[in-house]
Amino acid sequence: MSKNTGSLRTTMLAVSALAGVALLAGTAQAEELRLLTWGGYAPDDVIEMFEKETGIDVEVTLSNNEDMISKLRATGGSGFDLAQPSQDRIAGAQKEYGIYKPMDMSKVDTAKFIPSMLAATKTNTTVDGDVYGLPHIWGTSGLVVNTKEAPDVKDYTDLCNADVAGKVSYRLKRPTLIGFAFAMGMDPFAAYGDEAKYQEILDKVEQKLIECKPNVKTYWEGGDALLNLVRSGEVVAAMAWDTGGWKLNSDNPDITFVAPKSGALGWVDTFALPRKSKNEDAAYKWINFVMQPEIAAKITASAGNFTASKGADAFVEGQLKTQFQNSFPQEALDNIKWYPPVPAGLETLEGKVLDRVKAAQ
Amino acid sequence: MSTPNPTGSVAGNGLKLGVLLMATPLLLWLVLLVLLPHIDLLMVSLRERISYGKYEFSFVNYIEFFTEPLYWNTYVRTATMSILATALTLLIGFPVAYYIAKVMRGRAKNVLFLLCLIPFWVSELVRTFGWMILLRESGVVSHFLQWAGLVDGPVEMLYNDVTIMVGLVYTSMLFMVVPLVSVLDSLDDSLIEAGYDLGGNAFTVTRDIVIPHAMPGIASGCIVVFMLTLGNYLTPTLLGGKSSLWFTDQIYTQFITRFNWETGSAFGFLLLVLSSFIVWLGLKLSRQTLSDTVG
Amino acid sequence: MADQFDLECRDVVKNFGQFTAVDQVSLTIPQGSFFSILGPSGCGKTTLLRMLAGFLEPSGGDILIKGKSVLGVAPNRRPVNMVFQHLALFPMMNVADNVAYGLRRRGVDRATIKSRVSETLARVGLPDAGPKQINQLSGGQKQRIAIARCLVLEPAVLLLDEPLGALDLKLREHMKVELKQLQHEIGTTFVYITHDQSEALVMSDQVAVMNAGRFEQVGTPQELYYRPQTPFVAGFVGESNRWQGRIETIADGRATIRLQSGGVIYAAADQFGMSGQTVGQEVDVFVRPEAISLERQGQGTTNEPGLNHMQGRVENLLFNGAASSVQLKELATGHDMNVALPQTGAFADIRPGDILDLGWKADQTKCFPAVATKAASQTDEAIA
Repeated sequence: MSKNTGSLRTTMLAVSALAGVALLAGTAQAEELRLLTWGGYAPDDVIEMFEKETGIDVEVTLSNNEDMISKLRATGGSGFDLAQPSQDRIAGAQKEYGIYKPMDMSKVDTAKFIPSMLAATKTNTTVDGDVYGLPHIWGTSGLVVNTKEAPDVKDYTDLCNADVAGKVSYRLKRPTLIGFAFAMGMDPFAAYGDEAKYQEILDKVEQKLIECKPNVKTYWEGGDALLNLVRSGEVVAAMAWDTGGWKLNSDNPDITFVAPKSGALGWVDTFALPRKSKNEDAAYKWINFVMQPEIAAKITASAGNFTASKGADAFVEGQLKTQFQNSFPQEALDNIKWYPPVPAGLETLEGKVLDRVKAAQ
Repeated sequence: MSTPNPTGSVAGNGLKLGVLLMATPLLLWLVLLVLLPHIDLLMVSLRERISYGKYEFSFVNYIEFFTEPLYWNTYVRTATMSILATALTLLIGFPVAYYIAKVMRGRAKNVLFLLCLIPFWVSELVRTFGWMILLRESGVVSHFLQWAGLVDGPVEMLYNDVTIMVGLVYTSMLFMVVPLVSVLDSLDDSLIEAGYDLGGNAFTVTRDIVIPHAMPGIASGCIVVFMLTLGNYLTPTLLGGKSSLWFTDQIYTQFITRFNWETGSAFGFLLLVLSSFIVWLGLKLSRQTLSDTVG
Repeated sequence: MADQFDLECRDVVKNFGQFTAVDQVSLTIPQGSFFSILGPSGCGKTTLLRMLAGFLEPSGGDILIKGKSVLGVAPNRRPVNMVFQHLALFPMMNVADNVAYGLRRRGVDRATIKSRVSETLARVGLPDAGPKQINQLSGGQKQRIAIARCLVLEPAVLLLDEPLGALDLKLREHMKVELKQLQHEIGTTFVYITHDQSEALVMSDQVAVMNAGRFEQVGTPQELYYRPQTPFVAGFVGESNRWQGRIETIADGRATIRLQSGGVIYAAADQFGMSGQTVGQEVDVFVRPEAISLERQGQGTTNEPGLNHMQGRVENLLFNGAASSVQLKELATGHDMNVALPQTGAFADIRPGDILDLGWKADQTKCFPAVATKAASQTDEAIA
């Protein structure tokens, strides 16, 4: 579910490098907010406004879900004051590694959140009665399609059609497995609690993905790399995030985001406090600051996705709204499959499937 | 009155303290950043996750490696490709180094040497993207071939093993050329001339005189290139595309994507063992010693 | 006709851009002789040698080995071998492999190689050196191996590029004799280049003195020493005292030379191929230190007519056993002179400041028409 994969390079020496980060982090000043987030979630103009208002410096580190967990795990939850993992990746990581601390809801201006989203996120990120996450930005992943070149791609499995052979791309990551499972008529989320059943689903997906492999130009890694592939016409259909499709749509009206027939996969990125956060107050100030509708709209403009801020839609520019409505007619919106929390252990099963797909000739 | 010389021993202690103080950064570096992480890595690799936050001592991570053909194949493939890349780099780098060290003179020599360095002024990521821009279907080479009328449609040159090899050789070139140039520089021209004078030709002089002399440089260049290649992550992943199986990629995946530090650590150790073994084997076969090579 | 010479050069020229390193050099070297090319560094002798070996192609002229032109023949196909300045023994091989190298290149079979190598090693007096590494050898042993490595190939000509330069003095003296002896025994033609006149004089049958790309004189060591034909040879080969002057008169088989610094030197007239035309000629005057006899002041036997006579004040005594000499300042002209001390020890007690009488016979004076230095000497005179 990573959007912009910042740094790819990590070797087995990551351990020592991270230990170094931890040492350095100890010297950080008090009035500083160290934010571990995604590309576009903390645009410069918002940081500037926040610094002007509060006097707190914001230091942004770009990351993705896996990277966030790995970083915080390596340091035992220190080095950052606020992180933004996806809501389905909090509970498992917290149970396993204890890298977060509970949210103090009294310090959060809950009235600024869309109530349904706040409630859902609270439920998904509760561990032992404590809430660990607040919703910030949500979006979906589905298909980015050049509708002129590949008019028939309506669902994930259509990527395996012969007429788009050699011109499709997707990632070798868990969203692909989930998406294909839905498109093949199965419900992987329902099988989250049942490892044997989940494995059964995975086996079928694995077979499909191996069959589909000759169709794939390359498994993409970074979001920008994929956008380039689609923009240059080397790839005509891909599995990707909605915002990427809309970005391309602004340049080339033929390309857009298509919500798959079996349902787009919905994600919510949250706010979560790392366990050894040094400046909790600044973190709450930032949360309350960016949830103001005008600020949230700025972040939407920068990230390309909508926020959980109540009333922010009114401030969002028209084009993005239009693109959103074109991609999501009401039934598609209702059909979004929201990620439930990932139970620990599933990632190992998924990993082996992905490995085997990659190794298949 | 036979007093042992007290000043001597004080001076001795002072000297030792001085040496110790000077060695402190090195020792700290070795212990904190090399030794400790590796010990930690070893310990992590020898445990098995039982449930949330519970671990037990076990060899399961290593057993997993040997029972899952995928890991084993990737391991062997990475080693084979790395050896091949090292050999290719040597084959291409040797004439280049010979030309720089023995044929060029004065200014042109420095310029040529500098030209070899230029690609390394940018990061590996940028270099790799450079190759992608050149070789992709809508890239420079493909367009040129179409323009020249050599091919009918766009050609995809990325995402295969040959591209990986090109990228690896390119990335490693400098690390082969530098030690070779320095070792060839130290070869007295008159040895080469003597070789010819006594009846040798280009081939026999190279085989009997130049290569034996350059052996320490060849060995050190090969060690560096092999290690870099084996530990390379970006080039195989970006240029190799959908079938780019590389062992470091497995380690990355285990650590970062799977949160499986246990298996990741075990893989890391296996890679360490592999590179140590192959380097040892290479030194044995070429009858070099590590001290010759680094000294 | 030509094949009685092992090596012949005909008007060989080598240009590097504008610079002429070797200028119209011709030479013939008879079979079995030890031929040296003697000259200061930069005179072109190394360039000439490299052309003989084949590492450089001449810009003009022809090189013949055993009567056949070798122009365009690569070094590895010429019947000459070279002993390099720093010997260039292959450190990656042991002694036997070094010596066997050339034979192996010729595809000689193993058994033959083995016997030839041990034969050759025995010939240079190192029969047991075969399994040794190069760095286990002493300087002199290396020298012999370097020569053995070439000799095993039985070359028509062996080229030696100042191979003694790197040795210490004592060993060098020893190797001079040894090399000459070795050459004598095996009878291979040696072409030896050096800047050290003593090496050239001691070892050679024939020496060519080279200067600025040309041969000044070719002859036996004795000819070069006693009958130099050019001022360069007179100055370069052996020690000399040197003056500049003008021929004033020629009479009674004796030329009188008026020195620029004042004073007169007599020379035998026959060396000019005498005629009146040479009167007034500017000349360079050379006198060997050992040609000058010494007397203590006023003891007068040197004071005969027709003898050159000068007086000098002792400046320095250079004691060097049999080769001892004394540095003097000539009283009349202030000219510095160098005079060999008799080996009898008669002058062992002289001290700086003593005045000595100096004398030599007119036929010990060598004169050459001054050419290059004329302008310079005139300005010197003007200043004086």
